[in-house]
Amino acid sequence: MYEGAIQDLIDELGRLPGIGPKSAQRLAFHVLSADPIDVRRLAASLVKVKEVVKFCTICFNVAEDDKCRICRDPRRSDEILCVVEEPKDVVAIERTNEFRGRYHVLGGAINPLEGVGPDNLRVRELMQRLADGEVKELILATDPNTEGEATATYIALLVKPMGITVSRLASGLPVGGDLEYADEITLGRAFEGRRTI
Amino acid sequence: MYVRRLELVDVRSYARVGVDLQPGPNVLVGPNGVGKTNLIEALGYVATLGSHRVATDAPLVRAGAGSAVIRCAIVHESRELLVELEIVPGRANRARLGRAPVRRARDILGALRLVLFAPEDLSLVRGDPAERRRYLDDLLVLRQPRFAAVRSDYERVLKQRNALLRSSYLTKRVTKTAGDLSTLEVWDQHLAEHGAVLLAARLALVDALAPHLSKAYDAVSAGEGAAAIAYQATVPEPTADAVLAALRASRPQEVERGVTLVGPHRDELALTLGPLPVKGYASHGESWSFALALRLAAYELLRADGIEPVLVLDDVFAELDTGRRERLATLIADAAQVLITCAVEADVPTRLSGIRYTVRPGEVVREQ
Repeated sequence: MYEGAIQDLIDELGRLPGIGPKSAQRLAFHVLSADPIDVRRLAASLVKVKEVVKFCTICFNVAEDDKCRICRDPRRSDEILCVVEEPKDVVAIERTNEFRGRYHVLGGAINPLEGVGPDNLRVRELMQRLADGEVKELILATDPNTEGEATATYIALLVKPMGITVSRLASGLPVGGDLEYADEITLGRAFEGRRTI
Repeated sequence: MYVRRLELVDVRSYARVGVDLQPGPNVLVGPNGVGKTNLIEALGYVATLGSHRVATDAPLVRAGAGSAVIRCAIVHESRELLVELEIVPGRANRARLGRAPVRRARDILGALRLVLFAPEDLSLVRGDPAERRRYLDDLLVLRQPRFAAVRSDYERVLKQRNALLRSSYLTKRVTKTAGDLSTLEVWDQHLAEHGAVLLAARLALVDALAPHLSKAYDAVSAGEGAAAIAYQATVPEPTADAVLAALRASRPQEVERGVTLVGPHRDELALTLGPLPVKGYASHGESWSFALALRLAAYELLRADGIEPVLVLDDVFAELDTGRRERLATLIADAAQVLITCAVEADVPTRLSGIRYTVRPGEVVREQ
Protein backbone atom coordinates (compact mmCIF):
# COMPACT_ATOMS: atom_id res chain seq x y z
CA MET A 1 0.00 0.00 0.00
CA TYR A 2 1.16 3.50 -0.88
CA GLU A 3 0.19 6.67 0.89
CA GLY A 4 -2.45 9.20 0.02
CA ALA A 5 -2.80 10.49 -3.54
CA ILE A 6 -0.76 7.84 -5.33
CA GLN A 7 -2.82 5.02 -3.80
CA ASP A 8 -6.02 6.89 -4.67
CA LEU A 9 -4.87 7.08 -8.27
CA ILE A 10 -3.94 3.37 -8.33
CA ASP A 11 -7.38 2.49 -6.93
CA GLU A 12 -9.18 4.64 -9.51
CA LEU A 13 -7.17 3.27 -12.44
CA GLY A 14 -7.72 -0.27 -11.14
CA ARG A 15 -11.46 0.18 -11.54
CA LEU A 16 -11.13 0.59 -15.31
CA PRO A 17 -11.94 -2.46 -17.47
CA GLY A 18 -8.92 -4.63 -18.33
CA ILE A 19 -6.65 -2.93 -15.78
CA GLY A 20 -5.40 -5.12 -12.94
CA PRO A 21 -3.57 -3.98 -9.79
CA LYS A 22 -0.11 -4.31 -11.40
CA SER A 23 -1.06 -2.31 -14.51
CA ALA A 24 -2.76 0.31 -12.35
CA GLN A 25 0.45 0.72 -10.36
CA ARG A 26 2.55 1.05 -13.52
CA LEU A 27 0.19 3.64 -15.00
CA ALA A 28 0.08 5.61 -11.75
CA PHE A 29 3.86 5.86 -11.55
CA HIS A 30 4.02 6.78 -15.21
CA VAL A 31 1.64 9.66 -14.53
CA LEU A 32 3.73 10.68 -11.52
CA SER A 33 6.89 10.93 -13.58
CA ALA A 34 5.25 12.52 -16.64
CA ASP A 35 5.40 16.18 -17.67
CA PRO A 36 2.74 18.21 -15.74
CA ILE A 37 1.40 19.59 -19.07
CA ASP A 38 0.70 16.09 -20.37
CA VAL A 39 -0.99 15.12 -17.13
CA ARG A 40 -3.17 18.22 -17.20
CA ARG A 41 -4.18 17.47 -20.80
CA LEU A 42 -5.15 13.90 -19.83
CA ALA A 43 -7.17 15.16 -16.86
CA ALA A 44 -8.91 17.77 -19.02
CA SER A 45 -9.90 15.23 -21.67
CA LEU A 46 -11.27 12.90 -18.99
CA VAL A 47 -13.48 15.68 -17.64
CA LYS A 48 -14.39 16.94 -21.09
CA VAL A 49 -15.56 13.58 -22.38
CA LYS A 50 -18.30 13.47 -19.76
CA GLU A 51 -19.29 17.10 -20.31
CA VAL A 52 -19.25 17.32 -24.08
CA VAL A 53 -20.02 13.89 -25.53
CA LYS A 54 -23.68 13.11 -25.91
CA PHE A 55 -25.62 10.49 -27.76
CA CYS A 56 -27.03 11.33 -31.18
CA THR A 57 -30.78 11.84 -30.89
CA ILE A 58 -31.37 9.92 -34.12
CA CYS A 59 -29.01 6.93 -34.15
CA PHE A 60 -27.67 6.95 -30.54
CA ASN A 61 -24.07 6.91 -31.66
CA VAL A 62 -21.70 9.05 -29.63
CA ALA A 63 -21.79 12.69 -30.82
CA GLU A 64 -20.85 16.19 -29.79
CA ASP A 65 -24.09 17.73 -30.98
CA ASP A 66 -27.70 16.66 -31.11
CA LYS A 67 -26.84 14.78 -34.27
CA CYS A 68 -23.73 12.72 -34.97
CA ARG A 69 -21.43 13.26 -37.94
CA ILE A 70 -23.06 10.42 -39.91
CA CYS A 71 -26.64 11.52 -39.33
CA ARG A 72 -25.69 15.08 -40.41
CA ASP A 73 -24.03 13.94 -43.65
CA PRO A 74 -26.42 14.74 -46.56
CA ARG A 75 -24.52 12.48 -49.01
CA ARG A 76 -25.54 9.35 -47.16
CA SER A 77 -28.55 7.29 -48.18
CA ASP A 78 -31.63 7.31 -45.98
CA GLU A 79 -32.92 4.16 -47.63
CA ILE A 80 -30.51 1.75 -46.00
CA LEU A 81 -30.05 1.37 -42.27
CA CYS A 82 -27.50 -0.72 -40.38
CA VAL A 83 -28.33 -1.88 -36.85
CA VAL A 84 -25.37 -2.44 -34.49
CA GLU A 85 -24.94 -3.11 -30.78
CA GLU A 86 -22.34 -0.51 -29.77
CA PRO A 87 -20.80 2.75 -31.07
CA LYS A 88 -17.51 0.90 -31.59
CA ASP A 89 -19.26 -1.32 -34.14
CA VAL A 90 -20.08 1.82 -36.17
CA VAL A 91 -16.37 2.69 -36.23
CA ALA A 92 -15.51 -0.86 -37.35
CA ILE A 93 -17.99 -0.75 -40.25
CA GLU A 94 -16.97 2.79 -41.22
CA ARG A 95 -13.38 1.61 -41.63
CA THR A 96 -14.52 -0.59 -44.52
CA ASN A 97 -15.70 2.47 -46.47
CA GLU A 98 -18.30 0.23 -48.09
CA PHE A 99 -21.45 1.28 -46.34
CA ARG A 100 -23.07 4.57 -47.38
CA GLY A 101 -26.30 4.33 -45.42
CA ARG A 102 -27.07 5.29 -41.86
CA TYR A 103 -26.79 3.54 -38.50
CA HIS A 104 -28.84 2.69 -35.46
CA VAL A 105 -27.02 1.85 -32.22
CA LEU A 106 -29.04 -0.41 -29.92
CA GLY A 107 -26.81 -0.06 -26.89
CA GLY A 108 -26.38 -3.81 -26.34
CA ALA A 109 -28.10 -7.09 -27.11
CA ILE A 110 -30.99 -9.03 -25.62
CA ASN A 111 -29.54 -10.96 -22.67
CA PRO A 112 -32.01 -12.33 -20.12
CA LEU A 113 -29.14 -13.67 -17.96
CA GLU A 114 -28.07 -10.07 -17.38
CA GLY A 115 -31.62 -8.76 -17.28
CA VAL A 116 -31.42 -6.99 -20.64
CA GLY A 117 -34.67 -7.10 -22.62
CA PRO A 118 -35.85 -5.12 -25.68
CA ASP A 119 -37.10 -2.35 -23.37
CA ASN A 120 -33.53 -1.73 -22.21
CA LEU A 121 -32.37 -1.31 -25.81
CA ARG A 122 -33.26 1.33 -28.39
CA VAL A 123 -35.68 -0.94 -30.20
CA ARG A 124 -38.71 1.32 -29.82
CA GLU A 125 -36.68 4.23 -31.24
CA LEU A 126 -35.71 2.02 -34.17
CA MET A 127 -39.34 1.21 -34.89
CA GLN A 128 -40.18 4.93 -34.83
CA ARG A 129 -37.42 5.60 -37.35
CA LEU A 130 -38.77 2.91 -39.65
CA ALA A 131 -42.38 4.07 -39.38
CA ASP A 132 -42.15 6.80 -42.07
CA GLY A 133 -41.35 4.19 -44.75
CA GLU A 134 -38.24 5.89 -46.08
CA VAL A 135 -35.94 2.98 -45.13
CA LYS A 136 -36.04 0.21 -47.76
CA GLU A 137 -33.38 -2.15 -46.38
CA LEU A 138 -32.35 -3.01 -42.85
CA ILE A 139 -28.96 -4.67 -42.23
CA LEU A 140 -28.68 -6.49 -38.92
CA ALA A 141 -25.02 -6.27 -37.88
CA THR A 142 -25.27 -7.47 -34.29
CA ASP A 143 -22.48 -9.74 -32.98
CA PRO A 144 -22.43 -13.33 -34.32
CA ASN A 145 -22.97 -14.86 -30.86
CA THR A 146 -26.05 -16.27 -29.13
CA GLU A 147 -27.27 -12.89 -27.84
CA GLY A 148 -26.53 -11.02 -31.08
CA GLU A 149 -28.32 -13.66 -33.15
CA ALA A 150 -31.34 -13.53 -30.84
CA THR A 151 -31.46 -9.74 -31.09
CA ALA A 152 -31.26 -9.94 -34.88
CA THR A 153 -34.10 -12.48 -35.01
CA TYR A 154 -36.21 -10.37 -32.65
CA ILE A 155 -35.85 -7.25 -34.79
CA ALA A 156 -36.39 -9.23 -38.00
CA LEU A 157 -39.69 -10.58 -36.65
CA LEU A 158 -40.85 -7.03 -35.86
CA VAL A 159 -39.70 -5.46 -39.13
CA LYS A 160 -40.54 -8.08 -41.76
CA PRO A 161 -44.32 -7.36 -41.68
CA MET A 162 -43.52 -3.72 -42.61
CA GLY A 163 -42.31 -4.82 -46.05
CA ILE A 164 -38.70 -3.77 -45.47
CA THR A 165 -35.90 -6.02 -46.78
CA VAL A 166 -34.01 -7.43 -43.81
CA SER A 167 -30.54 -8.91 -44.14
CA ARG A 168 -27.95 -10.33 -41.77
CA LEU A 169 -24.16 -10.17 -42.08
CA ALA A 170 -22.57 -13.42 -43.31
CA SER A 171 -20.23 -15.41 -41.09
CA GLY A 172 -17.46 -17.78 -42.05
CA LEU A 173 -13.77 -17.89 -42.86
CA PRO A 174 -11.59 -14.80 -42.44
CA VAL A 175 -10.42 -13.42 -45.79
CA GLY A 176 -6.71 -13.49 -46.51
CA GLY A 177 -6.11 -16.26 -44.01
CA ASP A 178 -5.07 -19.84 -44.55
CA LEU A 179 -7.68 -22.57 -44.42
CA GLU A 180 -5.42 -24.71 -42.26
CA TYR A 181 -5.39 -22.13 -39.47
CA ALA A 182 -9.16 -21.95 -39.12
CA ASP A 183 -10.48 -23.79 -36.08
CA GLU A 184 -12.88 -26.71 -36.56
CA ILE A 185 -15.88 -24.70 -35.43
CA THR A 186 -15.43 -21.81 -37.86
CA LEU A 187 -14.50 -24.17 -40.67
CA GLY A 188 -17.47 -26.43 -39.87
CA ARG A 189 -19.82 -23.43 -40.06
CA ALA A 190 -18.24 -22.19 -43.25
CA PHE A 191 -18.92 -25.62 -44.76
CA GLU A 192 -22.55 -25.40 -43.72
CA GLY A 193 -22.88 -21.91 -45.18
CA ARG A 194 -21.09 -22.69 -48.47
CA ARG A 195 -22.48 -21.25 -51.69
CA THR A 196 -22.39 -22.21 -55.34
CA ILE A 197 -20.24 -20.16 -57.70
CA MET B 1 -2.39 -45.15 -32.67
CA TYR B 2 -0.37 -45.84 -29.54
CA VAL B 3 1.42 -43.94 -26.80
CA ARG B 4 5.14 -44.71 -26.93
CA ARG B 5 6.22 -42.73 -23.91
CA LEU B 6 4.53 -40.87 -21.08
CA GLU B 7 6.37 -38.43 -18.85
CA LEU B 8 4.93 -36.60 -15.88
CA VAL B 9 6.47 -33.76 -13.91
CA ASP B 10 4.74 -32.69 -10.69
CA VAL B 11 1.49 -34.47 -11.56
CA ARG B 12 -0.49 -35.67 -8.51
CA SER B 13 1.80 -38.05 -6.53
CA TYR B 14 4.66 -37.98 -9.05
CA ALA B 15 7.57 -35.54 -8.81
CA ARG B 16 9.00 -36.91 -12.03
CA VAL B 17 8.28 -40.19 -13.83
CA GLY B 18 8.73 -41.58 -17.32
CA VAL B 19 7.20 -44.77 -18.74
CA ASP B 20 7.99 -46.38 -22.08
CA LEU B 21 4.84 -48.08 -23.35
CA GLN B 22 4.38 -50.67 -26.09
CA PRO B 23 1.73 -51.36 -28.72
CA GLY B 24 -0.72 -54.06 -27.58
CA PRO B 25 -1.50 -54.81 -23.94
CA ASN B 26 0.37 -52.96 -21.15
CA VAL B 27 -0.48 -53.93 -17.59
CA LEU B 28 0.24 -51.58 -14.69
CA VAL B 29 0.25 -53.44 -11.37
CA GLY B 30 0.49 -51.90 -7.92
CA PRO B 31 -1.29 -51.77 -4.56
CA ASN B 32 -4.13 -49.34 -3.86
CA GLY B 33 -3.29 -45.65 -3.63
CA VAL B 34 0.09 -45.96 -5.27
CA GLY B 35 -0.71 -43.79 -8.30
CA LYS B 36 -1.83 -46.08 -11.14
CA THR B 37 -4.91 -44.04 -11.93
CA ASN B 38 -2.83 -40.85 -11.84
CA LEU B 39 -0.97 -42.07 -14.93
CA ILE B 40 -4.24 -42.88 -16.69
CA GLU B 41 -5.76 -39.57 -15.66
CA ALA B 42 -2.81 -37.68 -17.14
CA LEU B 43 -3.23 -39.46 -20.48
CA GLY B 44 -6.96 -38.75 -20.38
CA TYR B 45 -6.16 -35.09 -19.78
CA VAL B 46 -4.10 -34.93 -22.96
CA ALA B 47 -6.99 -36.46 -24.91
CA THR B 48 -9.83 -34.33 -23.51
CA LEU B 49 -8.18 -31.41 -21.64
CA GLY B 50 -10.08 -32.48 -18.54
CA SER B 51 -9.80 -35.04 -15.78
CA HIS B 52 -12.26 -37.90 -15.54
CA ARG B 53 -12.03 -37.68 -11.75
CA VAL B 54 -12.20 -34.00 -10.80
CA ALA B 55 -13.71 -30.88 -12.31
CA THR B 56 -10.88 -28.46 -11.47
CA ASP B 57 -7.19 -28.58 -12.34
CA ALA B 58 -5.75 -27.83 -8.89
CA PRO B 59 -5.75 -31.44 -7.60
CA LEU B 60 -3.72 -32.54 -10.63
CA VAL B 61 -0.72 -30.50 -9.62
CA ARG B 62 1.54 -32.11 -7.00
CA ALA B 63 1.17 -30.47 -3.59
CA GLY B 64 3.75 -27.70 -3.31
CA ALA B 65 4.43 -27.41 -7.06
CA GLY B 66 3.27 -24.43 -9.13
CA SER B 67 2.46 -26.27 -12.32
CA ALA B 68 2.32 -29.79 -13.75
CA VAL B 69 3.72 -31.00 -17.06
CA ILE B 70 2.41 -33.96 -19.04
CA ARG B 71 4.49 -35.02 -22.02
CA CYS B 72 3.61 -37.90 -24.29
CA ALA B 73 4.95 -39.31 -27.53
CA ILE B 74 2.16 -40.65 -29.70
CA VAL B 75 2.76 -42.88 -32.70
CA HIS B 76 0.11 -42.69 -35.41
CA GLU B 77 0.54 -44.36 -38.80
CA SER B 78 4.25 -44.86 -37.96
CA ARG B 79 4.82 -41.15 -37.37
CA GLU B 80 5.70 -39.92 -33.93
CA LEU B 81 4.18 -36.76 -32.46
CA LEU B 82 5.28 -35.22 -29.17
CA VAL B 83 2.51 -33.52 -27.20
CA GLU B 84 3.42 -31.40 -24.18
CA LEU B 85 0.95 -29.81 -21.85
CA GLU B 86 1.61 -27.55 -18.90
CA ILE B 87 -1.20 -27.25 -16.38
CA VAL B 88 -1.20 -24.08 -14.31
CA PRO B 89 -4.26 -23.93 -12.03
CA GLY B 90 -6.27 -20.77 -12.46
CA ARG B 91 -4.54 -19.90 -15.74
CA ALA B 92 -4.78 -21.08 -19.32
CA ASN B 93 -2.92 -24.30 -20.04
CA ARG B 94 0.09 -24.07 -22.34
CA ALA B 95 0.67 -26.72 -24.95
CA ARG B 96 3.25 -27.67 -27.55
CA LEU B 97 2.85 -29.99 -30.51
CA GLY B 98 6.10 -31.48 -31.78
CA ARG B 99 8.11 -28.85 -29.85
CA ALA B 100 6.23 -25.93 -31.44
CA PRO B 101 3.92 -23.93 -29.16
CA VAL B 102 0.26 -23.85 -30.21
CA ARG B 103 -1.96 -20.81 -29.90
CA ARG B 104 -4.58 -22.47 -27.71
CA ALA B 105 -4.33 -25.67 -25.68
CA ARG B 106 -7.48 -26.78 -27.57
CA ASP B 107 -5.35 -27.26 -30.68
CA ILE B 108 -3.87 -30.47 -29.26
CA LEU B 109 -7.29 -32.14 -29.15
CA GLY B 110 -7.34 -34.97 -31.65
CA ALA B 111 -3.62 -35.70 -31.32
CA LEU B 112 -4.44 -38.49 -28.90
CA ARG B 113 -7.67 -40.45 -29.30
CA LEU B 114 -8.49 -42.33 -26.17
CA VAL B 115 -11.38 -44.39 -24.86
CA LEU B 116 -11.20 -44.68 -21.11
CA PHE B 117 -13.18 -46.99 -18.89
CA ALA B 118 -12.87 -46.24 -15.19
CA PRO B 119 -14.82 -47.18 -12.03
CA GLU B 120 -16.53 -43.76 -12.21
CA ASP B 121 -18.29 -44.97 -15.36
CA LEU B 122 -20.71 -47.00 -13.29
CA SER B 123 -22.61 -43.70 -13.09
CA LEU B 124 -23.32 -44.04 -16.83
CA VAL B 125 -25.75 -46.79 -15.82
CA ARG B 126 -26.73 -45.81 -12.29
CA GLY B 127 -26.54 -42.01 -12.52
CA ASP B 128 -28.87 -39.30 -13.84
CA PRO B 129 -29.85 -39.04 -17.52
CA ALA B 130 -27.38 -36.12 -17.73
CA GLU B 131 -24.51 -38.64 -17.48
CA ARG B 132 -25.78 -40.57 -20.49
CA ARG B 133 -26.42 -37.40 -22.49
CA ARG B 134 -22.85 -36.33 -21.77
CA TYR B 135 -21.61 -39.73 -22.92
CA LEU B 136 -23.43 -39.26 -26.25
CA ASP B 137 -22.38 -35.64 -26.72
CA ASP B 138 -18.72 -36.32 -25.89
CA LEU B 139 -18.64 -39.12 -28.44
CA LEU B 140 -20.38 -36.87 -30.97
CA VAL B 141 -17.71 -34.19 -30.56
CA LEU B 142 -14.93 -36.78 -30.72
CA ARG B 143 -16.22 -37.96 -34.11
CA GLN B 144 -17.15 -34.53 -35.50
CA PRO B 145 -15.60 -31.51 -33.71
CA ARG B 146 -18.23 -29.22 -35.25
CA PHE B 147 -20.73 -30.48 -32.68
CA ALA B 148 -18.76 -28.78 -29.91
CA ALA B 149 -20.20 -25.53 -31.28
CA VAL B 150 -23.73 -26.89 -31.70
CA ARG B 151 -23.66 -28.19 -28.14
CA SER B 152 -22.38 -24.96 -26.60
CA ASP B 153 -24.79 -22.83 -28.69
CA TYR B 154 -27.69 -24.97 -27.55
CA GLU B 155 -26.64 -24.74 -23.91
CA ARG B 156 -26.21 -20.97 -24.15
CA VAL B 157 -29.63 -20.42 -25.74
CA LEU B 158 -31.19 -22.74 -23.16
CA LYS B 159 -29.60 -20.75 -20.32
CA GLN B 160 -30.90 -17.48 -21.77
CA ARG B 161 -34.37 -18.90 -22.32
CA ASN B 162 -34.50 -20.30 -18.77
CA ALA B 163 -33.34 -16.93 -17.40
CA LEU B 164 -36.18 -15.24 -19.29
CA LEU B 165 -38.79 -17.76 -18.06
CA ARG B 166 -37.43 -17.50 -14.54
CA SER B 167 -37.52 -13.69 -14.41
CA SER B 168 -41.05 -13.65 -15.82
CA TYR B 169 -42.04 -16.28 -13.24
CA LEU B 170 -40.61 -14.13 -10.43
CA THR B 171 -42.28 -10.96 -11.74
CA LYS B 172 -45.56 -12.80 -11.80
CA ARG B 173 -45.18 -13.95 -8.22
CA VAL B 174 -44.31 -10.52 -6.92
CA THR B 175 -46.63 -8.29 -8.97
CA LYS B 176 -49.35 -10.80 -9.90
CA THR B 177 -49.12 -9.64 -13.52
CA ALA B 178 -47.54 -11.59 -16.35
CA GLY B 179 -43.83 -10.89 -16.80
CA ASP B 180 -42.29 -9.70 -20.05
CA LEU B 181 -42.10 -12.65 -22.45
CA SER B 182 -41.89 -10.63 -25.68
CA THR B 183 -38.57 -12.23 -26.68
CA LEU B 184 -39.60 -15.80 -25.87
CA GLU B 185 -40.55 -16.43 -29.51
CA VAL B 186 -36.99 -15.54 -30.56
CA TRP B 187 -35.38 -17.90 -28.03
CA ASP B 188 -37.84 -20.62 -29.09
CA GLN B 189 -36.68 -20.28 -32.70
CA HIS B 190 -32.99 -20.49 -31.84
CA LEU B 191 -33.51 -23.32 -29.35
CA ALA B 192 -35.45 -25.20 -32.04
CA GLU B 193 -32.75 -24.70 -34.69
CA HIS B 194 -29.82 -25.82 -32.51
CA GLY B 195 -31.94 -28.45 -30.75
CA ALA B 196 -32.99 -30.08 -34.02
CA VAL B 197 -29.37 -30.35 -35.20
CA LEU B 198 -28.25 -31.80 -31.86
CA LEU B 199 -31.19 -34.22 -31.75
CA ALA B 200 -30.63 -35.45 -35.32
CA ALA B 201 -26.94 -36.03 -34.57
CA ARG B 202 -27.71 -37.93 -31.36
CA LEU B 203 -30.29 -40.12 -33.10
CA ALA B 204 -27.84 -40.98 -35.87
CA LEU B 205 -25.16 -41.71 -33.27
CA VAL B 206 -27.41 -44.04 -31.26
CA ASP B 207 -28.32 -45.86 -34.48
CA ALA B 208 -24.66 -46.36 -35.29
CA LEU B 209 -23.77 -47.28 -31.72
CA ALA B 210 -26.59 -49.75 -30.97
CA PRO B 211 -25.20 -52.79 -32.87
CA HIS B 212 -21.73 -52.26 -31.37
CA LEU B 213 -23.23 -52.11 -27.91
CA SER B 214 -25.25 -55.32 -28.25
CA LYS B 215 -22.19 -57.06 -29.60
CA ALA B 216 -19.91 -55.78 -26.86
CA TYR B 217 -22.29 -56.75 -24.08
CA ASP B 218 -22.92 -60.11 -25.65
CA ALA B 219 -19.19 -60.74 -25.86
CA VAL B 220 -18.54 -59.70 -22.27
CA SER B 221 -21.49 -61.65 -20.84
CA ALA B 222 -21.38 -64.64 -23.25
CA GLY B 223 -24.97 -64.22 -24.34
CA GLU B 224 -26.52 -63.75 -20.90
CA GLY B 225 -29.19 -61.17 -21.59
CA ALA B 226 -29.63 -59.00 -24.66
CA ALA B 227 -28.44 -55.45 -24.06
CA ALA B 228 -29.96 -52.59 -26.03
CA ILE B 229 -29.96 -48.81 -26.07
CA ALA B 230 -32.75 -46.57 -27.30
CA TYR B 231 -32.96 -42.82 -27.49
CA GLN B 232 -36.02 -41.39 -25.77
CA ALA B 233 -36.68 -37.92 -27.13
CA THR B 234 -39.04 -35.32 -25.69
CA VAL B 235 -39.67 -34.17 -29.27
CA PRO B 236 -41.20 -36.52 -31.89
CA GLU B 237 -38.79 -35.79 -34.75
CA PRO B 238 -35.51 -33.96 -35.27
CA THR B 239 -36.77 -30.92 -37.17
CA ALA B 240 -36.89 -27.32 -36.03
CA ASP B 241 -40.65 -27.26 -36.66
CA ALA B 242 -41.21 -30.27 -34.41
CA VAL B 243 -39.14 -28.75 -31.59
CA LEU B 244 -40.99 -25.47 -32.02
CA ALA B 245 -44.37 -27.23 -31.87
CA ALA B 246 -43.32 -29.11 -28.73
CA LEU B 247 -42.17 -25.86 -27.12
CA ARG B 248 -45.50 -24.21 -27.97
CA ALA B 249 -47.44 -27.15 -26.51
CA SER B 250 -45.57 -27.06 -23.22
CA ARG B 251 -45.41 -23.28 -22.93
CA PRO B 252 -48.15 -22.93 -20.26
CA GLN B 253 -46.32 -25.32 -17.90
CA GLU B 254 -42.99 -23.70 -18.75
CA VAL B 255 -44.26 -20.26 -17.85
CA GLU B 256 -45.84 -21.75 -14.71
CA ARG B 257 -42.59 -23.39 -13.59
CA GLY B 258 -40.03 -21.00 -15.07
CA VAL B 259 -37.94 -23.63 -16.86
CA THR B 260 -37.63 -25.22 -20.34
CA LEU B 261 -39.31 -28.63 -20.28
CA VAL B 262 -38.77 -30.09 -23.77
CA GLY B 263 -35.69 -30.46 -25.96
CA PRO B 264 -32.50 -32.54 -26.12
CA HIS B 265 -31.52 -31.42 -22.60
CA ARG B 266 -34.46 -33.44 -21.22
CA ASP B 267 -33.92 -36.54 -23.35
CA GLU B 268 -32.78 -39.90 -22.06
CA LEU B 269 -30.72 -42.77 -23.38
CA ALA B 270 -32.67 -45.82 -22.21
CA LEU B 271 -30.57 -48.86 -21.33
CA THR B 272 -32.30 -52.23 -21.30
CA LEU B 273 -31.26 -55.77 -20.58
CA GLY B 274 -33.77 -58.17 -22.14
CA PRO B 275 -37.23 -56.78 -21.31
CA LEU B 276 -36.13 -54.82 -18.22
CA PRO B 277 -34.49 -51.43 -17.72
CA VAL B 278 -30.96 -51.69 -16.36
CA LYS B 279 -31.41 -49.01 -13.73
CA GLY B 280 -33.04 -50.55 -10.68
CA TYR B 281 -33.13 -54.12 -12.07
CA ALA B 282 -29.63 -55.15 -13.07
CA SER B 283 -27.18 -56.59 -10.55
CA HIS B 284 -23.90 -54.83 -9.73
CA GLY B 285 -21.98 -57.12 -12.09
CA GLU B 286 -24.49 -56.59 -14.89
CA SER B 287 -24.47 -52.82 -14.43
CA TRP B 288 -20.68 -52.88 -14.50
CA SER B 289 -20.69 -54.96 -17.67
CA PHE B 290 -23.20 -52.61 -19.27
CA ALA B 291 -21.11 -49.55 -18.49
CA LEU B 292 -18.08 -51.36 -19.91
CA ALA B 293 -20.08 -52.29 -23.02
CA LEU B 294 -20.99 -48.61 -23.56
CA ARG B 295 -17.29 -47.67 -23.58
CA LEU B 296 -16.34 -50.63 -25.75
CA ALA B 297 -19.11 -49.73 -28.19
CA ALA B 298 -17.69 -46.20 -28.44
CA TYR B 299 -14.27 -47.75 -29.02
CA GLU B 300 -15.56 -50.04 -31.77
CA LEU B 301 -17.49 -47.20 -33.43
CA LEU B 302 -14.39 -45.00 -33.56
CA ARG B 303 -12.45 -47.95 -34.97
CA ALA B 304 -15.12 -48.44 -37.62
CA ASP B 305 -14.68 -44.73 -38.52
CA GLY B 306 -11.03 -45.46 -39.22
CA ILE B 307 -9.67 -43.93 -36.02
CA GLU B 308 -7.75 -46.47 -33.97
CA PRO B 309 -7.95 -45.07 -30.43
CA VAL B 310 -5.94 -46.14 -27.40
CA LEU B 311 -8.06 -48.17 -24.99
CA VAL B 312 -7.61 -47.68 -21.26
CA LEU B 313 -9.19 -50.01 -18.69
CA ASP B 314 -8.74 -48.68 -15.18
CA ASP B 315 -9.33 -51.26 -12.46
CA VAL B 316 -11.83 -53.24 -14.50
CA PHE B 317 -10.89 -56.87 -14.06
CA ALA B 318 -11.32 -57.00 -10.29
CA GLU B 319 -15.06 -56.43 -10.72
CA LEU B 320 -15.70 -59.19 -13.27
CA ASP B 321 -16.04 -62.95 -12.82
CA THR B 322 -13.49 -65.27 -14.44
CA GLY B 323 -15.64 -65.97 -17.51
CA ARG B 324 -16.24 -62.30 -18.21
CA ARG B 325 -12.56 -61.52 -17.69
CA GLU B 326 -11.54 -64.08 -20.30
CA ARG B 327 -14.10 -62.87 -22.82
CA LEU B 328 -13.09 -59.25 -22.32
CA ALA B 329 -9.48 -60.27 -22.85
CA THR B 330 -10.40 -61.96 -26.15
CA LEU B 331 -12.39 -58.95 -27.25
CA ILE B 332 -9.53 -56.47 -26.80
CA ALA B 333 -6.63 -58.73 -27.73
CA ASP B 334 -6.25 -57.16 -31.18
CA ALA B 335 -6.45 -53.52 -30.06
CA ALA B 336 -3.61 -51.26 -31.18
CA GLN B 337 -2.84 -50.45 -27.57
CA VAL B 338 -4.57 -51.24 -24.30
CA LEU B 339 -3.47 -49.88 -20.94
CA ILE B 340 -4.75 -51.88 -17.99
CA THR B 341 -4.38 -51.06 -14.33
CA CYS B 342 -4.95 -53.56 -11.53
CA ALA B 343 -4.11 -54.02 -7.86
CA VAL B 344 -3.76 -57.82 -8.06
CA GLU B 345 -1.85 -59.21 -11.00
CA ALA B 346 -3.73 -62.51 -10.92
CA ASP B 347 -6.97 -60.65 -11.84
CA VAL B 348 -5.72 -59.99 -15.38
CA PRO B 349 -6.14 -62.98 -17.72
CA THR B 350 -2.88 -64.54 -18.91
CA ARG B 351 -3.94 -63.86 -22.50
CA LEU B 352 -3.13 -60.19 -21.86
CA SER B 353 0.33 -61.03 -20.57
CA GLY B 354 1.85 -58.23 -22.57
CA ILE B 355 4.28 -55.86 -20.96
CA ARG B 356 4.00 -55.56 -17.18
CA TYR B 357 4.93 -52.58 -15.06
CA THR B 358 5.13 -52.41 -11.30
CA VAL B 359 3.90 -49.13 -9.91
CA ARG B 360 5.49 -48.05 -6.63
CA PRO B 361 5.14 -44.69 -4.83
CA GLY B 362 6.65 -42.14 -7.20
CA GLU B 363 8.01 -44.60 -9.79
CA VAL B 364 7.01 -47.07 -12.49
CA VAL B 365 9.31 -50.00 -13.25
CA ARG B 366 9.05 -52.29 -16.24
CA GLU B 367 9.25 -56.01 -15.40
CA GLN B 368 11.71 -58.03 -17.40
